[in-house]
Amino acid sequence: MSFLTLSGLQKSFGPNNVVKSFDLDVQKGEFVSLLGPSGCGKTTVLRMVAGFETPSKGTISIDGQDVTHLRPNQRNIGMVFQAYALFPNLTVAQNVGFGLKIKGVSASESKDRVADMLRLIGLPALGDRYPFQLSGGQQQRVALARALAPQPRVLLLDEPLSALDAKIRVSLRLEMREIQQKLGITTIFVTHDQEEALSISDRVVVMNAGIADQVGTPFEIYNQPKTCFVANFVGTLNTLEATVKDAATGRISINGILTTLPAPLASGAAIGLALRPESVHLTQRTEADITLPATITSVHFMGSVIRVQATAAGKPMALDTFNRPDTPPPLIGAAVNLSFHPRDLIVLQG
Amino acid sequence: MKRAFAWAAFTFGLVYFFLPLAGMVEFSLKMRRGTYSLDAYASVLNDPQFRATFGYSAMMALLTIIFGVVLVVPTVFWVRLKLPKLRPVMEFITLLPLVIPPIVIVFGYIRLYNTSSWLPLTGSATGSDILLMIGYSVLSLPYMYRAVDTGLAAIDVRTLTEAAQSLGAGWITVLAKVILPNVLVAVLSGAFLTFAIVIGEYVFAALLDRPAFGPYLVWSGGNKAYEPAALAVMTFALTWACMALIQLATRFSKHTRMQPK
Amino acid sequence: MPNLRKLPLVWLGAAPFLIYAVLFLLLPTANIITGAFFNAEGHLTLANLANLFKPEIVNAFALSIRLSLSSAVFGCLIGFAIAVAVSLGGLPPRLRAVTMTFSGVASNFAGVPLSFAYLATLGRVGFVTVLLRDTFGVNIYGLGFNMISFWGLTMAYVFFQIPLMILIITPAIDGLKREWREASEVLGATHVQYWRMIALPVLWPSLLGTLALLFANAFGAVATAIALTGSMLSIAPILLFNQIRGDVLQDPHLGYALAFAMIMITGVSNLIYIIMRTRSERWIK
Repeated sequence: MSFLTLSGLQKSFGPNNVVKSFDLDVQKGEFVSLLGPSGCGKTTVLRMVAGFETPSKGTISIDGQDVTHLRPNQRNIGMVFQAYALFPNLTVAQNVGFGLKIKGVSASESKDRVADMLRLIGLPALGDRYPFQLSGGQQQRVALARALAPQPRVLLLDEPLSALDAKIRVSLRLEMREIQQKLGITTIFVTHDQEEALSISDRVVVMNAGIADQVGTPFEIYNQPKTCFVANFVGTLNTLEATVKDAATGRISINGILTTLPAPLASGAAIGLALRPESVHLTQRTEADITLPATITSVHFMGSVIRVQATAAGKPMALDTFNRPDTPPPLIGAAVNLSFHPRDLIVLQG
Repeated sequence: MKRAFAWAAFTFGLVYFFLPLAGMVEFSLKMRRGTYSLDAYASVLNDPQFRATFGYSAMMALLTIIFGVVLVVPTVFWVRLKLPKLRPVMEFITLLPLVIPPIVIVFGYIRLYNTSSWLPLTGSATGSDILLMIGYSVLSLPYMYRAVDTGLAAIDVRTLTEAAQSLGAGWITVLAKVILPNVLVAVLSGAFLTFAIVIGEYVFAALLDRPAFGPYLVWSGGNKAYEPAALAVMTFALTWACMALIQLATRFSKHTRMQPK
Repeated sequence: MPNLRKLPLVWLGAAPFLIYAVLFLLLPTANIITGAFFNAEGHLTLANLANLFKPEIVNAFALSIRLSLSSAVFGCLIGFAIAVAVSLGGLPPRLRAVTMTFSGVASNFAGVPLSFAYLATLGRVGFVTVLLRDTFGVNIYGLGFNMISFWGLTMAYVFFQIPLMILIITPAIDGLKREWREASEVLGATHVQYWRMIALPVLWPSLLGTLALLFANAFGAVATAIALTGSMLSIAPILLFNQIRGDVLQDPHLGYALAFAMIMITGVSNLIYIIMRTRSERWIK
């Protein structure tokens, strides 16, 4: 029995179908990310859960209770917004204590709870500051504490990191995940940043044009993308074309090289294949590897990883290799043989 | 409920502002007994006093605008370019006319520039005219300064000036051909607002004893019945026209103004 | 050599404006202020300020302050209600644009013509007076109303106070973030709680500051009152006006003191406005 259930959700603004049909079951204590480009409907789904938008169709239930038509202030939900959502006229402590005050929690109890929350977010000494005296990262931590203080049933995070500097973004997302796991609170996290979604989620929902294209663990989403959109949106991808020789056995031909895919194919003459850059190598590793002659076009040294761009059979190919201090990266213009294992090929649908 | 409250507040405002305007229009049409007519307007327009005082005030407004532009534009430009340290001082000075009541300023003029002073401006008609024009420029200074300052803030004064100078332009050319066209909209806004302020102004003109439109309005209010309402309608129309022209100028500028980076 | 000449030349560019400001703004004001502290023989004295406490002058200031305060308070409340209504009340967006444009016009439609409009409307034979008498049988003058009175003048002042309030407070209302309302809602607050605990406290400095500005605006206004009451109503600016015209106080230096007191009052109001503005700008960014 899932804790938070969204079933058949639809939302249209006038003639615009922003969310076409959306189903999702979230287990208690699970951290689920909604990932997608802007305009894909992920924020609208979140706002429907919060109660700021009423679904055109479908239901939302939390812990067995149908909340579809409850007002936001009756749902007992915590939410962190993109930025600047702290009440500017209240101190940090008053911000965190706001929900408790509304609930009618006694002053002494509220004081203890606020102190606990400030310790949890690592800012125990800043209770008397005003929001304008805090950095962006500190403000978002306080916003998290404010959302968590009344012990909500569900926590909603609406791109809480998007207005922050890159460095703080990485450290704060890990911290948020830690706090979430410590409290075991059911969380929905909306982001357009795939790295963010993959790194801290239990499950990821990739959304496209109002529909959930794929729901799965970060590992599944990245390694077994079900649609072209998911494959392209999540991570970098090389695409190849192949001719199907025998659909039943998965026999195909890439550039005249025959190979066999691990799974049978639906029948068809041509298929699209994809390869992650880390599945492509500069040297042949096993007998089963397929090799393609290629020319290096550019080399980006990024630290631990080196991203190499090459042209193989007239198409661009990207490959990642780890940096090795004893092996300098290839030179631009060098002729190489790129190799990959057929089991790493991703068959694209649609 | 929220929308009902909003409509209630809006309707209240509508009535509060519509009634005096309606009353003014209605009253101005009642000069001829038993029927509506434009007699009051005809009477006003045929009054040589009206033409004289209105012409005088319009001329004053025009001179004030020219004086204000010639004084403010080069100063703001120069301060932005060479004396940025002076900006807070400028802000303060141009705020003062909003803080000091006009009647106090004109009081100071009368004490400082009377017939027995070192600069006896109030002693002659021309001197009084000059003092009145300068007084009006002080009244409009906050608006003129802010309009031009905002206008210049939107363009890169330094780069434009240096570019023009590197092509051999002198200071006058820089001001007239580079800076002024770029702040034209701001200057126009300031000019129309100045016109609206000056045309019906009373205190300065009355205390400096000049034959302006404001004192004529007050005189008319004390001696005529229907003409004051007609005059009020005409002044309101003029104020509205000035504001409309400001909006028009601003809208026009959105298409022509150089986009800041 | 170039360095020696550079400094004065740079300042020369600002000289015309600075000379103008000194001659026609600072010196005249300074002249009035210092005049308030000297007697006719040129000796330093506080007698002029002490003379301000004559009953006729105290009464004039009291009336001025009451008039300015009541017109500012009404202008503030009504203007705020209208600004909230057109910005957040869910009215058609066009109404907001119309209201803003109209406010620009109406806030500049003050002085003599405004008083004519009110006399034509609520004078003894005004449009509304006659309408109420002939159509509804209500004689407002019989009920004690008079346009040439404290409340009549307040009504006329409010006509330019409301639009000024709308023009100044609307940007502050726009500064209220949608997220604040939503955050308070998910934390369980009702609309009323949101306004009481967040929106009004955030707007408070702006409201207070604008109130001070409206007060100063009404306090310095002369023309409307003169055209409406024919310099009958003894408010501070009219007293000063009459003094400048004909030395009705029989003491020119008392006129300086009067003007000095007016500068003090409008100066303090404007100072409150500026302080409150900086406070609210710190919050709303």
